Amino acid sequence: MSSQDNSEENPPQQQDDADGGVLATRDNPFANPGLPPHEHRVQDIDERAAKRSERVVAGLFTLSMLSTIGFIASYVAFPVDKIVYVFPIGHVSALNLSLGLTLGLALFCIGAGAIHWARTLMTDVEVPEERHDIEATPEVREELLAGFQDGVRESDLGRRKLVRNTLIGAMAMVPLTGLVLLRDLGPMPGTMLRHTKWAKGKMLINENTHEPLRPEDIAVGSLTFAMPEGLSEEDHDFNNQIAKAALMIVRLQPENIKDKRELDWSHEGIVAFSKICTHVGCPISLYEQQTHHVLCPCHQSTFDLTDGGRVIFGPAGHALPQLRITVNDKGYLEAMGDFAEPVGPAYWERG
Amino acid sequence: MKKLSARRRHPLAALVVLLFALAATGGLYAAFAPADKAKADEAQASLAIDEGKKLYAVGCASCHGTGGQGTSDGPSLVGVGAAAVDFQVSTGRMPAQQNGAQAPKKPKVYTAAETEQLAAYVASLGAGGPETPNKSQYSLNGKEDAANGGQLFRSNCAQCHNFSGKGGALSNGKYAPPLDGVSPKHIYEAMQTGPQNMPSFPDTVMPEKEKRDIIAYLNKVNSDDTESPGGFQLGGLGPVAEGLFAWVFGLGALVAITIWVAARTTKAKKS
Repeated sequence: MSSQDNSEENPPQQQDDADGGVLATRDNPFANPGLPPHEHRVQDIDERAAKRSERVVAGLFTLSMLSTIGFIASYVAFPVDKIVYVFPIGHVSALNLSLGLTLGLALFCIGAGAIHWARTLMTDVEVPEERHDIEATPEVREELLAGFQDGVRESDLGRRKLVRNTLIGAMAMVPLTGLVLLRDLGPMPGTMLRHTKWAKGKMLINENTHEPLRPEDIAVGSLTFAMPEGLSEEDHDFNNQIAKAALMIVRLQPENIKDKRELDWSHEGIVAFSKICTHVGCPISLYEQQTHHVLCPCHQSTFDLTDGGRVIFGPAGHALPQLRITVNDKGYLEAMGDFAEPVGPAYWERG
Repeated sequence: MKKLSARRRHPLAALVVLLFALAATGGLYAAFAPADKAKADEAQASLAIDEGKKLYAVGCASCHGTGGQGTSDGPSLVGVGAAAVDFQVSTGRMPAQQNGAQAPKKPKVYTAAETEQLAAYVASLGAGGPETPNKSQYSLNGKEDAANGGQLFRSNCAQCHNFSGKGGALSNGKYAPPLDGVSPKHIYEAMQTGPQNMPSFPDTVMPEKEKRDIIAYLNKVNSDDTESPGGFQLGGLGPVAEGLFAWVFGLGALVAITIWVAARTTKAKKS
């Protein structure tokens, strides 16, 4: 294709000189200046250049085909765990790298070929096209309206009201099928959010060793995570349970504890707080042992563990719930009950 | 036996028995009594403490007090143990250059021997702190379970140090440092002693084997040989870095190519 192709809108004489334009005058300052004179491309003038462009485009498309074959070949050839060293990237999966490169090249070559084709070989003649009304002609409109009226009359919809009304009823009822399926989102959580696995007499189990914790295990400045006795990582609802029961244990100097209730609920300076942020429930445990602050990684809520878990910064709404602990007759730490308030973020019925 | 028995009343018999007894006692003493060695060790130890005290008075006392009791500029060192000193001094964190949110890692000031003397002195100030770990405690012996280490790392360490130990920010200018290039000994000591604002993870709640598992995990995910099937890690910081890369470089490249294509004219007559 080249600009030599003639069309009705663009007779050749109009392309080659800037005809079709009107000079602006005092009376008509916004006159249509028309198109600038059309310039030819090398490919329009020189057939060899056009051939060369054709070869480049075909070459790009062929390269794309080869890349696609390369993609299939590397999918077959490389095992999924094969790691190779490639200089700037490092130790990388051979499969991922080759699939990405071949697919990328295949897609890129199609795009680059199409652009080169459009810019050098397809016609680049400027084509003015005047806007016209969107409206259909009066005859077409008339015919359509008449047809609609005919339909209404022939279907007896206006006369047989029972049919019409039951049809409306049927259409209105169908969406209920979708609505009733929402019931499967239930059952309602009930009081599940209020309670955790902690209960009176449950020992604090170290999450690292799965052994019950003794007070002497926990040094000042250390950080330990615990789960309630009887909870096992193999339980099918372990994740649901630990999401509420996760516990963070630190030891403070008793004289550093400012909050009286916190001191009462601690054992020799060992305090146990919920690990679930009261903002949106992220696991908080960025514990700074010198400031005794614990931060939430999600929105930087900061709690003061020496002051009843009070919020000192960030969006969290209320203090971290503390678990009341003591030591049992065998010398292990145990809970004296569940958390006194629901753990985690606030919700409507939280009370 | 008869011969021996016949001569038991010989005038020299008592002397012979006495000689035997003395030889036996002396031999036993020499074999079992560690007295000399103990004395030598003790002497060496007290020498190290003395040397350490001198170093301490010059390099540490201005902040930590002349007897390690601490001042308003530095915490008390009584009972922190030798491992804490070894970590702080051999990673160059101490002596601190200036007061600030956190003492950063920097080239170390003291030699290994001086560090040991300082540690000996500080350890002598009060009992309680962990001793400098020996090689068998922190070096990997091939029996480590890196997968278990990964689980432990994610539950105990990742909240501050990021999932693959790339570090992260804390409050008021404090930060958890990246863990790449940190020697196993220093990782082990940090877990034991809880330097600066890091909480400690003593052996009572995280046994030696679990600490080694964590070190094995870090070697697996955070060293020069770490396999990264996805290619560039972009700092291992997760979706933020990846999104930034895609928006800046991915979209930027597309915009640049588009401009480049559109800016070139295809006309034969260049204007």
